[in-house]
Amino acid sequence: MSITKRECVAGALACLWVLGSVGAASAQLELKILAPAAPGGGWDGTARAMQQVLTATGIGKGVQVTNVPGAGGSIGLAQFVNTAKGDPNQLMVNGFVMVGSLISNKSPVTLSMVTPIARLTAEAEVIVVPATSPIQSATDLVAAMKADIAKVTFAGGSAGGVDHILAGLLAGTVGLDGSKVNYVPFSGGGEALAALLSGRVSAGISGWGEFEGQVKAGKLRAIAVTSPERLPGNPTPTLREQGIALDLLNWRSVMAAPGISAEQKKTLSDAIDRMVKSKEWKDILAQRGWDDAYLPEPAFGEFLKNEQGRVEAVLKSVGLVK
Amino acid sequence: MESFYALISGFAVALTAANLLYASIGVLLGTAVGVLPGIGPAVTVALLLPITFKLDPSGSLIMFAGIYYGAMYGGSTTSILINTPGESASMATALQGNLMAKSGRAGPALATSAIGSFFAGLIATAGIAFLAPWMVKFAVQFGPEDYFALMVVAFVTVSATFGDSPLKGLISLFCGLALGLIGIDKLTGQSRLTFGLPELLDGVEVTTLAVGLFAIGEAMFVVSRRRSVEEIMPMTGSLWMSKADWKRSWKPWLRGTLFGFPIGALPAGGAEIPTFLSYSTEKRLSKHPEEWDTIGAIEGVAGPEAANNASVAGTLVPLLSLGLPTSATAAILLAGFQQFGLNPGPLLFAEKPDLVWGLIASLFIANAMLVVLNLPLVGIWVKLLKIPTPWLYAGILMFAAMGSIATKGSIAELLMLLVFGVLGFLMRRYDYPVAPMVVGLILGPMAESQFRRALQISIGDPLVLVQSPIAATLLGIAFLALVAPFIAGGLSRFKAQED
Repeated sequence: MSITKRECVAGALACLWVLGSVGAASAQLELKILAPAAPGGGWDGTARAMQQVLTATGIGKGVQVTNVPGAGGSIGLAQFVNTAKGDPNQLMVNGFVMVGSLISNKSPVTLSMVTPIARLTAEAEVIVVPATSPIQSATDLVAAMKADIAKVTFAGGSAGGVDHILAGLLAGTVGLDGSKVNYVPFSGGGEALAALLSGRVSAGISGWGEFEGQVKAGKLRAIAVTSPERLPGNPTPTLREQGIALDLLNWRSVMAAPGISAEQKKTLSDAIDRMVKSKEWKDILAQRGWDDAYLPEPAFGEFLKNEQGRVEAVLKSVGLVK
Repeated sequence: MESFYALISGFAVALTAANLLYASIGVLLGTAVGVLPGIGPAVTVALLLPITFKLDPSGSLIMFAGIYYGAMYGGSTTSILINTPGESASMATALQGNLMAKSGRAGPALATSAIGSFFAGLIATAGIAFLAPWMVKFAVQFGPEDYFALMVVAFVTVSATFGDSPLKGLISLFCGLALGLIGIDKLTGQSRLTFGLPELLDGVEVTTLAVGLFAIGEAMFVVSRRRSVEEIMPMTGSLWMSKADWKRSWKPWLRGTLFGFPIGALPAGGAEIPTFLSYSTEKRLSKHPEEWDTIGAIEGVAGPEAANNASVAGTLVPLLSLGLPTSATAAILLAGFQQFGLNPGPLLFAEKPDLVWGLIASLFIANAMLVVLNLPLVGIWVKLLKIPTPWLYAGILMFAAMGSIATKGSIAELLMLLVFGVLGFLMRRYDYPVAPMVVGLILGPMAESQFRRALQISIGDPLVLVQSPIAATLLGIAFLALVAPFIAGGLSRFKAQED
């Protein structure tokens, strides 16, 4: 990697410029993005992808990502509601998981306390098993669950999250008691992946992106995806193809702080709109295998309300919420 | 041997004049921000990261490495000089380092910390180069029951931080464990002991407790005994490490590295457990036990600092070979990789060897740069202690409050800091050790989650806790560590009778 003297000086000057220009008037937004999950998970990936695109396109500068993990995002949301109030430069990534976990946790903070901006992406869930597992398909998995439901351990994200909901729905769809599922929550994808690679748990549930590397390397076997159709360029069959009438998409969205003005909300919405329409964003979506599910305000707010109702019903039906 | 050549070519990538400049800018910036009390490396890196985005891949990574090492060292500096650990991993350093500083040996404490970090970095880098594929197999085999056994080892050895009264130490530890229960339960999502206060849902931040107990509590204690308290002793002896200091430091560096690197490589290992284990090992092995509660023992700084640094290199093992970021800093590195279109994972070593080895070489260069830049600065840092006591402690109070505000930005956090400060004062006043409480807060929630996970996976069968060979070995070590002092005590009494 050759670096000319000029580039080197330019680099040094750039550093000084960045340091010196803090607080200077600029159209670029100095944004802070909160990822309410441990590093390595889907929200963290979304927040860092936003950071990358906002910086590369010059829409924002000095964009920072912070992680506040735990309890399906309830802890991060609590902190966001508490500390970001009225701050027009803060965003939080969230999604389907948070809707569910707030309900099942009876969280004192709710999504109605923050300002919705837009839905960004949707990702199919995938069910994997360790490469050495005798389970070859979703049918095998269901058979094992029917034999002894407690013995089939699922590793996934926080309690009440999309992974947990999928495990419960899977049981419910094949006529088993959803509340009997032995689901082990991990915060963040990293530890769950280790539990799978060591063969400690029977199956893992997460977004395709989190398992892709290990599936391609032959360490894990993907037995089903939860999208209605197969994913492009991915031979993994859907649940429906294997006779299980169930599909589920994990969407992710971006929210702004409580108590910002309509004008501030518009500035942020416009920035996100420009981000979503940039080439850099499309490249990242392709690279990570995320589907573009952009839905701006006010339609997103409506969608969110419907989704809250749907999730609550699902959680009750599988016995996660009494 | 292949790894060795790859590492050499990595150095060829990283060792350019421009990159050395970036590394030194990174180290200086990192140290400057990292010395602010209560601000740890993760926060420093987050604050300074955007600066690195302007550079090309290797420049960006090398500056990042510089900032990170600078921030870690800056954190150790304030831990040693004014007893305000910026993150849980430098708490062990503060225990003996600050005692040394107060008895006029801040220079050697800072030096052994910088050189020990370098030494540990050196060995751990070699460890990544040669052991990564094997290490990662080991790390992935670690399950919840094994983590739990590791926590048991840590709990058993915690008594090294107890001071002279085991009863008071246990009381302090259990208060810490109780504090660890506050907040949303990670396994069921239910809130516990929050009394309906949303501020408590986040749980108690380790740094808030540590800075409150250590720094604020001590400042209040000094004020309360303004007339009788011993002044901080001026620097006595050399600013540098003496021959005896070197002799007492090299083994702790080595042992610290042996704790730090493998535990750091575990997906849920972290830097806290190896630093505690190193601290208690050094205390047990020390030939100068009288120094630990009085003037501070250099082994107690050398070991934990080496362990801390080696664990950072350890986190690179799962990051590079599995794509698993196991710490906040590793996640930021991951973002750095992704920025250049790279996805760390099982195939990374094969697909992009130049960048991986360039990164490893960068870490190494940044580490070396740290020693080169910071050793001459030791003299300046030590002058901090010459500030008159009232000014110094007023400054500590201000910076501690500022650090807490900068990290969380909440008034509730500041109130908690003050409450813990008062608690720290009372504990000092009535002679209770404060360190076990922080240890309890760190280890308690980790141990609880892993214990419950292990039982959930085994469907409630407690035998799982001893069936895994790793867990069984670790529990055996814990048992030995528990009974060894009694046996050793018996032996020495026996010997004394023979004499």
